[in-house]
Amino acid sequence: MSVLNKILASAAAAAMMIAAPASAEDTRIALVVKALGIGFFEAAAKGAEEAAAELGGVEIIYTGPTDTTAEGQIEVINALIAQNVDAIAISANDTDALVPALKKAMQRGITVISWDSGVAPEGRQMHLNPSSNALIGNMIIKLAADHLPDGGDVAVLSATTTSTNQNTWIEEMNKVMGNYPGINVVATVYGDDLADKSYREATGLMQSYPDLDAIIAPTSVGIVAAAQAVVDAGKVGEVNVTGLGLPSEMAGAIESGASQSFAIWNPIDLGYSATMLAYEIAKNGAATDPGSAIPMGRMGSLTLDDNSEGAMADPFIYDASNIDEFKSIF
Amino acid sequence: MTETATQTRHIPDRLNSRAHSVFRSWEALLLAVAVAIFIVNSFTSPYFLNAWNLSDATFNFTEKAMIAFAMAMLIIAGEIDLSVASIIALASTAMGLAVQYGAGTTELVAIGLIVGIMCGAFNAFFVTVLGLPSIVVTIGTMSLFRGISFIILGDGAFRGYPSDFAWFGQGYVFWVITVEMVIFVILAAIYGVLLHKTNFGRAVYAIGNNPTGALFSGIRVQRVKFILFLLTGLMSGLAAICLTSRLGSTRPSIATGMELEVVTMVVLGGVNILGGSGSIPGVVIAAFVMGLVTFGLGLLNVPGIVMSIFIGLLLIGVIALPRMWSIINARRHKP
Repeated sequence: MSVLNKILASAAAAAMMIAAPASAEDTRIALVVKALGIGFFEAAAKGAEEAAAELGGVEIIYTGPTDTTAEGQIEVINALIAQNVDAIAISANDTDALVPALKKAMQRGITVISWDSGVAPEGRQMHLNPSSNALIGNMIIKLAADHLPDGGDVAVLSATTTSTNQNTWIEEMNKVMGNYPGINVVATVYGDDLADKSYREATGLMQSYPDLDAIIAPTSVGIVAAAQAVVDAGKVGEVNVTGLGLPSEMAGAIESGASQSFAIWNPIDLGYSATMLAYEIAKNGAATDPGSAIPMGRMGSLTLDDNSEGAMADPFIYDASNIDEFKSIF
Repeated sequence: MTETATQTRHIPDRLNSRAHSVFRSWEALLLAVAVAIFIVNSFTSPYFLNAWNLSDATFNFTEKAMIAFAMAMLIIAGEIDLSVASIIALASTAMGLAVQYGAGTTELVAIGLIVGIMCGAFNAFFVTVLGLPSIVVTIGTMSLFRGISFIILGDGAFRGYPSDFAWFGQGYVFWVITVEMVIFVILAAIYGVLLHKTNFGRAVYAIGNNPTGALFSGIRVQRVKFILFLLTGLMSGLAAICLTSRLGSTRPSIATGMELEVVTMVVLGGVNILGGSGSIPGVVIAAFVMGLVTFGLGLLNVPGIVMSIFIGLLLIGVIALPRMWSIINARRHKP
């Protein structure tokens, strides 16, 4: 009986191997992030694992440098090239500096895509934007304006001066400022994505602009630090902190009232989609020419524009009504 | 009287003759660590023993090591330069700016080296002429030099380096031997001779052991220190050329935090952080140890955080071992 079972099992296994030869050997997809230990990227890794489980026969290598430097990411990329992984999906610390290293990866037959924070077109096959920059730029100012019906002064607390993401969003925000009459952006400061520096910059803003109504922080580190600064300054209710943040880190700020609402796309979806796309290109030979559409599992399909870029979804607003539901997820 | 005058004074390369044998084995200990790491890596990862992979791995340390040689001499002389990474940023920005005005590779190399030397001279002026502590001066210039880069570049980047400029950071001399590796080897030889075989090198040790004594022995202390700062600046300029060439672009955040890795490499190489002792072979081996550790752990996809813990433990371990050894020895020989 048990012998029969064994034969049946091996026959089934053999049939599966013939049906899906790709799963005979694990496909190794490296998810390279800006730096380890950031909640957002940990959530993305969760999504990547979800995609791997759905696809089967996929091994996710979640890796990145200790701090957000291009040099650190190049060391990581060199180690991945050495291991001859099947695909690298990277959120870049620098648009240009990674290009030579990633070009070398592509020359050695590795599929390279960027997601979240992009790489220059010559250094990757395609780029996955979590949302469109225009929508995010509009969203961050809308979040502030929604709670200021009579207009007011707002300030921006960004990451570093060289952060590709933040700079693009602020640029897009400035383009739509005309749609929000009465809202003035009085200053833009940089907290370098460091909690202590962001806190000091936010405190400085409230001292320099006593009539400040809102701080927009389009970075998950800055928004938490700014909310803490508002609580410590006793300005809850006067200064509304908004921007882009993680529900788990912002739950306290929503509860205390330091933040009325904030937005973020779902990083789990982002890691999931990046993995799906990397798999489709590396294993199924999906085209990455402008205009082509690549399937990404439960997230639908991604259509690439002239720069081989695509937008995943709209950012989602979190406030007191739904924070409890999401804070345990990421 | 005549006896003391004719007696040849020997200033040892290493402090404390009692611990001489221990310090002599420092390089041996480091070398053993390097070999051990190499063997462990070859067993833990099937990708480690591959000429091209090992060649790629050398980039983990070559640029830092170039600066580490000059930094080792500076630290032996009792000074330090924490602005080296910022000098890289400024030199790289200057080169990027020159590209916008059509500079060729030769001009770029000249600009990188000259900016490096000028930054070194700036540090040297405050330390040797005004007599300020080097740690304070270079913490200041660390912000100053990078600040200038930020003012020039903002959130932009310089691109469009000439294609033959890529030779320095991406080129190969033959087979897997990179240009950077060759520069590293040549510099190791030059600095080895300079520190261990010349009067200048003897003066560096003398200053580190006892600056006042060195001064009264007729050594021009401030001039030697001035030259050491110039050398550190020059090496930072050279590292800027290699790194810029390797990245193919310049942003003001280039080489952030590299100064600490350079100092780690120097200290790991057995240089006394308080000055007076150390050797170039030690720094060379330390460069390989750091490069092999980061690459080996990278192949195992060990997170960077764990990697820095490992480097930290290695540093403390290699420094603590000889000290613990001498304490145990002293206890044992007690009557």
